[in-house]
Amino acid sequence: MIVMNQNSNSSLAEGGVLEAPKRTLFQENWSLFRKNRLAMAGLVIFVIFFIIAVGGFFLTYGRNPAFDPALVRLQEKLRPPLSKPNLETLRPEELPRLGIYLFGTDDLGRDVFSRMLQGAWVSLTVGFVAVGIAVVIGVFLGAIAGYYGSSRVRLGHLLTSVLLGWGVIDLLTVFVTVLRGRGGIDIFLGRIAVDTFMVLIGAGIPTFLIRMGNSKGRRPIPTGLSVLFLNLFSVDVLITGLIDIMLCFPSFFLILTVVALLPPSIYTIMAVIGLTSWMGSARFIRAEFLSLREQDFVTAAKALGVSDWRIIFRHMVPNAMAPVLVSATIGIATAILTEAGLSFLGFGVPPPNATWGNILSSGKDFLFDAPWLTFVPGFAVLVVVLAFNLFGEGLREVLNPKLKERH
Amino acid sequence: MLPKDDLLLSVEDLKVFFHSDGKVARAVDGVSYEVREGETVCLVGESGCGKTVSVLAILGLIPRPPGEINEGKIFFKGKNLLELDEEGLQGIRGKEISMIFQEPMTSLNPVFTIGDQIEEAITTHDAVEKDETGRRTIDLLADVGIASPEQRMSDYPHNLSGGQRQRVMIAMALACKPDLVIADEPTTALDVTIQDQILHLFRELKEKRHMALLYITHNLGVVAEIADRIHVMYAGIFAEVGTVDQIFRNPCHPYTMGLLASLPSRARKGQTLYSIPGAVPDPAYKPQGCPFHPRCTYVQESCRVEFPEMCDFGNHHFARCPIIYRQKKGN
Repeated sequence: MIVMNQNSNSSLAEGGVLEAPKRTLFQENWSLFRKNRLAMAGLVIFVIFFIIAVGGFFLTYGRNPAFDPALVRLQEKLRPPLSKPNLETLRPEELPRLGIYLFGTDDLGRDVFSRMLQGAWVSLTVGFVAVGIAVVIGVFLGAIAGYYGSSRVRLGHLLTSVLLGWGVIDLLTVFVTVLRGRGGIDIFLGRIAVDTFMVLIGAGIPTFLIRMGNSKGRRPIPTGLSVLFLNLFSVDVLITGLIDIMLCFPSFFLILTVVALLPPSIYTIMAVIGLTSWMGSARFIRAEFLSLREQDFVTAAKALGVSDWRIIFRHMVPNAMAPVLVSATIGIATAILTEAGLSFLGFGVPPPNATWGNILSSGKDFLFDAPWLTFVPGFAVLVVVLAFNLFGEGLREVLNPKLKERH
Repeated sequence: MLPKDDLLLSVEDLKVFFHSDGKVARAVDGVSYEVREGETVCLVGESGCGKTVSVLAILGLIPRPPGEINEGKIFFKGKNLLELDEEGLQGIRGKEISMIFQEPMTSLNPVFTIGDQIEEAITTHDAVEKDETGRRTIDLLADVGIASPEQRMSDYPHNLSGGQRQRVMIAMALACKPDLVIADEPTTALDVTIQDQILHLFRELKEKRHMALLYITHNLGVVAEIADRIHVMYAGIFAEVGTVDQIFRNPCHPYTMGLLASLPSRARKGQTLYSIPGAVPDPAYKPQGCPFHPRCTYVQESCRVEFPEMCDFGNHHFARCPIIYRQKKGN
């Protein structure tokens, strides 16, 4: 009876009645991932950290927060962890919300637990936003380099970007100067005219190139303008060159320099870390694209009339994201570490905002009197960075088919 | 020539060259053919003789560089496709001419469900409502013979067998009701029973939708099943052109004869299977004169020097072999 059933099923296989147990790619990867205990531990810590950071933001934010990280109680300074507050010297609103100083207090009597909560949010946002910026830039440039790699950059293209870029930036500068009231619009008329001219020429060149490119040599190109068609180098050379140049700088010192020049704020830190760490994802995406470009499904999508941008960002990028996802996870850990390092050196998020780095930094002066001031933030950084790295490693093993068989 | 009024596609003297390391590979070296409405035209030939390149050129899918269309015109409904820009071509691809590829295993995007991919094929060209797209997707899947299409829509390509994937590819190609479907060896990667099912599906769909089919294969058995007219291709040129009957009953080019002789058949059971001696020439180093002459059993002195003309054997049956022509007409 059973045998007969099997036979009737297999004869229908082509018709699609016999079905393998259906599992999505996510379910398959998840079951693999769950077998990796260290990676699971990383994920659990990551989730806890995420909840604490988001909760910490709401608990420490606003005019009258539940946990005030900036509340100074000079009479309660350098209290050890778990110590009870002195009820006689404090006003009721100055009492810690938990009833005890969970992580002690610092040299100004501020509650370290509240400051850690605020710092967790800073670390989380810096990590995610910086890596977000890096991934967006990296994916974009890597995709362009991989997909259009062999196309040539023409002199016209280069002229366009220089003219357009210069014109627009100079116009903006003039605009800002006038808006700030540092001079009337009349002194700048000449400059505005030159800038507008540059923008118009800059915008005109690509239109010309496209029109001439479409006609495919049926119309003769006017002499003199043919110099715009001079091939300089390929798109790939341009972008990989940019990547190599960026990689030449020791990134921490590049960040230090940039941060020293810009006004200190959490947003500057995010932007600077993001702008200096996109090279890895760009390389991964480029490498993936070089092989994906030759795949049949890309040709098939082209044959369906799908546009290039859609092919790149809808069809190819999702197929190329696996290594980027892994490097981004580890990149978040690196970004958190970089932010802590910058804050420790005093270049990071300015006081009074607390971050793990500057709690650590101010704690080092009391290393022997109040070791919890360095231990608590230091341990937090260690655990979070380790968790992200373990999680990233676990992802790598799941997403890389060559490593799948090891467990 | 046949009447022109129902002409859909006409390729005139197409030449596609590939440049690499200073060499020029003449992959397609001057072919002309026509496809009429509702007709099935087959391009037959060995691997590497330029079949695929000659149809990729129609949709502007030749990678440039290294490829380059040197000469020729491709008229589709009176428009020269070679003069269209990328945007114009995108409007044609998938909408009026669509293509099915050889490898169903790799022609679908592994990260999207088949429903998503068919819906994309529809929405790329037709602005339709969301539920309308869903309905059309289910209809298409049912049309290509996929059982329980509603459930299948949410399947990923890796859930499907090779034959089912090829059916999905066909559904995608048919999504916008094209007038011409180009099928590039759609059954080569499938096993024989599935191959037969897919061929039946093609015939059925062609009748139902009145579309033309340009079918590329190296399998003469397949050709006999579905073709109206056959173009036998060798080294970038057409060796012989004719109907199924003309080609199979009265082959007039030594290459066609060789191909037919190398078909396994029951009648010659036990004998060694015939094979044409030699191999297809490297498209960068084609022999002078007739490109087939080093492998030809009818070769004469003139074949080594002169490029043969297309000879008219009557009833739109052409072959590029003056030697056979003289023999047949002499009789």
